[in-house]
Amino acid sequence: MLPGWLIIATSFGYVSLLFAIAYYADRRAERGRGWIANPYIYALSVAVYCTAWTFYGSVGRAATSGIGFLPIYLGPTLAFLLGWIVLRKILRISKVHHVTSIADLVSSRYGKSHLLGGLVTVIAVVGIMPYLSLQLKAVATSYNVLLHYPEVTAAVTPAHMPLFGDTALWIAALMALFAILFGTRHIDATEHHEGMVAAIAFESVVKLVAFTSVGLFVTYGLFDGFGDLFRQAAADPRLAELQGAGIVGGQWVPLTFLAMLTVVCLPRQFQVIVVENTDESHLKKAIWLFPLYLLLINIFVLPIALGGLLRFPLGTVDADTFVLVLPMAEAQPYLALFAFIGGLSAATGMVIVETVALSTMICNDLIMPVLLRSNWMRLAEHRDLSGLLLAIRRTAIAVIMLLGYLYFRLIGESFALASIGLVSFAAAAQFAPAILFGIYWKGASRRGALAGMVAGFVVWAYTLLLPSFALSGWIDRSFIDAGPFGIELLEPYALFGLTGLDPITHSLFWSLLVNVGAFIAVSLSDRPSTIERIQATLFVEVFRQGGVEPAGLWQGAVPVSDLRTMAERFLGRDRTQEVFAEYARSHRIDLAHSTHADGDLVQYVERRLSGVIGAASARVMVATTLKGEGVGLDEIMQILDETSQVLEYSRQLEQKSRELERATNDLKAANERLTELDRMKDDFLSTVTHELRTPLTSIRSFSEILHDSPDLDLAERQHFLTIIIRESERLTRLINQVLDLTKIETGRMKWQMTDVDLGDVIDHAVSALRHLFEEKSIALEVHGPDRVPPIRGDRDQLIQLVINLLSNAEKFCPPGTGRVDVSLQTGARGVTVSVADNGPGIPVNEQELIFEKFHQVRSGNTGNPMGSGLGLAICRGIVEHLGGRIWVRSTPGKGATFFFTVPYARSHEAADAARAAAGEVGE
Amino acid sequence: MGDDHPVTETAEAERETARFVALFLFGVILFSPLVVRIFDVPGVSVFGIPLLYAYLFAGWALLILIAARLAGRIMTPAPPKPRSSSAAEG
Repeated sequence: MLPGWLIIATSFGYVSLLFAIAYYADRRAERGRGWIANPYIYALSVAVYCTAWTFYGSVGRAATSGIGFLPIYLGPTLAFLLGWIVLRKILRISKVHHVTSIADLVSSRYGKSHLLGGLVTVIAVVGIMPYLSLQLKAVATSYNVLLHYPEVTAAVTPAHMPLFGDTALWIAALMALFAILFGTRHIDATEHHEGMVAAIAFESVVKLVAFTSVGLFVTYGLFDGFGDLFRQAAADPRLAELQGAGIVGGQWVPLTFLAMLTVVCLPRQFQVIVVENTDESHLKKAIWLFPLYLLLINIFVLPIALGGLLRFPLGTVDADTFVLVLPMAEAQPYLALFAFIGGLSAATGMVIVETVALSTMICNDLIMPVLLRSNWMRLAEHRDLSGLLLAIRRTAIAVIMLLGYLYFRLIGESFALASIGLVSFAAAAQFAPAILFGIYWKGASRRGALAGMVAGFVVWAYTLLLPSFALSGWIDRSFIDAGPFGIELLEPYALFGLTGLDPITHSLFWSLLVNVGAFIAVSLSDRPSTIERIQATLFVEVFRQGGVEPAGLWQGAVPVSDLRTMAERFLGRDRTQEVFAEYARSHRIDLAHSTHADGDLVQYVERRLSGVIGAASARVMVATTLKGEGVGLDEIMQILDETSQVLEYSRQLEQKSRELERATNDLKAANERLTELDRMKDDFLSTVTHELRTPLTSIRSFSEILHDSPDLDLAERQHFLTIIIRESERLTRLINQVLDLTKIETGRMKWQMTDVDLGDVIDHAVSALRHLFEEKSIALEVHGPDRVPPIRGDRDQLIQLVINLLSNAEKFCPPGTGRVDVSLQTGARGVTVSVADNGPGIPVNEQELIFEKFHQVRSGNTGNPMGSGLGLAICRGIVEHLGGRIWVRSTPGKGATFFFTVPYARSHEAADAARAAAGEVGE
Repeated sequence: MGDDHPVTETAEAERETARFVALFLFGVILFSPLVVRIFDVPGVSVFGIPLLYAYLFAGWALLILIAARLAGRIMTPAPPKPRSSSAAEG
């Protein structure tokens, strides 16, 4: 048994929890430690998109059209994929211009037009009313269904209840109270409603968990998992078609498109996505978190729908209540209660945000402009208007809720949940052209937006709203069937004979067609006023200009005190004090000493005011205060254009100067390189001459001895001559090496390029030096495969290379115990040759340097150089010319190993050959 | 210091824009009736879930996954802080 008092107590308990969360979040925010300033809360609050319609209506829709419920959620997913581009632009614009609602955005874009702001407000209120009443209907219906627990009733008709026993009325009152308490606490609407957002985010969690719980219960409690459920459904001929895509035809694309537009254009979505946003970067997470939320809440829609259809005989239970009725039928009272709370969450979240958004629009864009313009109340002379603003908003919330309730009592009965929601969607879609064209097309004009929206709204009302009246019996039904006054061409569901579409698609087609058509046609033939052009530029180029209008707008002599008095009327004394102090601080000026406000300050105040009363009203207020002392709008446009140009120039200039800087840097680098080369040439020359002088000196001195001492004995003479010959040989070798190196370095070397077998090269080099090694009794061994793939190179140079390495090794090996190993390996790209000795090794810091010209490793004990210092340089020259690499690995004291690789002659053939060779070795 | 040239910023922002637009178009194709109908094969199921249903949700999840990857790589700098701050005491 589920007594009525328990349901009511639980509901009240839940709503009290919401109040507590909202209150706590508000208090924290006041102390500067808000929690809504994080992307997860932001994404959850955007999920206010999922209303009672999602919670109950999706299942109802799925029960009749299978996957036909999905477009409403695929559309927003697609829209959010463009979120970083489109939403961020709207967000940036709204931040810069202190936009407080969707009406304010449109009005601000089109020259701060009152008319447009008012029009958007009217469309929003009229269009959203069915949607609001839908939420009340959902809650009332679900309450009444639950009240009959455990008996599952087919049709409940809350509309026939006595007025004060009607749950919907009490629910409406409670929601209005919440909206008033947490939605209209502040005066400055651009300050965020932390409490409200926290509560909304919490509700998003509750509705997701509740719906998923029911889904899990149906799928795994009633059935044996997805497989079983779908199998049983497929076996039932009535349900088989629900699993197919036959339904994808007609409504699939229009509904996806519609949902894409409305996810931003619905006033409550605009409120949570744009107005309540605290940080643009939160969008980064929201663009995938929000679609993820939609995905999660939709997983169990079809299972619940199929489960309900399988469980109950066709037509006995309204599919819109399956979420609630399934747990009831299975005697799960607390799950049913939880489901009810989930539905309540979905409904309250939507109603609260929607009423707050609408009340802001009604106050700022409908009532204030009228009050400010009329002399009737002499409002402009009132001292403090902030109280009035709050009163207007609170009254607006109450009135909206009352209207929603009335609509529900009078009309809402005759419709299924989903179709009521779609009527509102189609109305909100009428804002899309004005917004999207407005932020991307400078030519979009006020009159164009006005014409488009009026035309779209009229067509919407004619094709969707009036027929809904007819369906509920307000108007004669023949209005739908035969057209007004029997004119068939004007039938609201088949306008101008367009048949074969469902009412929503039909209305969407016609209304958007005339909306966009009129918008473009009028905009193109229009000459926008200057202020429109200013706003257009600021909106479209928001990322380029920073979006703030040039301060020159209100140039002139305005006493600061006048400005302050005006601001106080709307913001109250304390807030005004804060605003002015803030300005003074950020601009580092002392307002007490300046008698006249500069343009910057006036504009700053105007923007703060527009956060309270909307852009259009703020403009009027500032203008009346200044009494026409501002600069003409044409001059502003000029300033703006100039700013634009100056920005462009400076951007180009910056680019030029960067290019110049780059060129300078290149030049500097080249110069450094030249200096370095020059220095190297000098070094080279001095080293070469030094190296040449040593043998020359010894040749000359020994020759002089021979010349001056004719009486030397033969043995001594022989000895001196041997020295002279050896030194001459050394000289010749040195000169040859210098020449070789120069030839290699300057590219004048004649290379005889052929396919060379490196094994053969090594054999040749080894046999040439064999006796030298034997003389010093140094062991010399060659390892490696007999045959390696050919490489491309100059055979003589390669022999020279190996000889250089071998004689190097020989020089450093200790006589007697010395040992040199030459090995040959095939790799992926080329052949690697290594020459290892067991000499003293090369210090780590020298390992790179030894390949430089004239760098000589001094032998440990004598400190004398042991070579010309050119051998390794030549080696490197040869290897690098052949496209290879040479390097050394050495641990001092344990010998050194020189490696060089030379690439294969032709890569793929060689690779094959390498594999073959490796195979041979393996065997 | 000199790394944040406006020029490279713009190029990066354009690349980001292009990626999201491409993902959007991919999503449009993924959910277009023509493609969706391909997966409407009665009797075929993936782990007991009808192919059509499985396809739609898997495609949806894929889009979200890619969007999350792209969003994580966004380099576009945050907007300049507005001059007005929240806590203001005179």
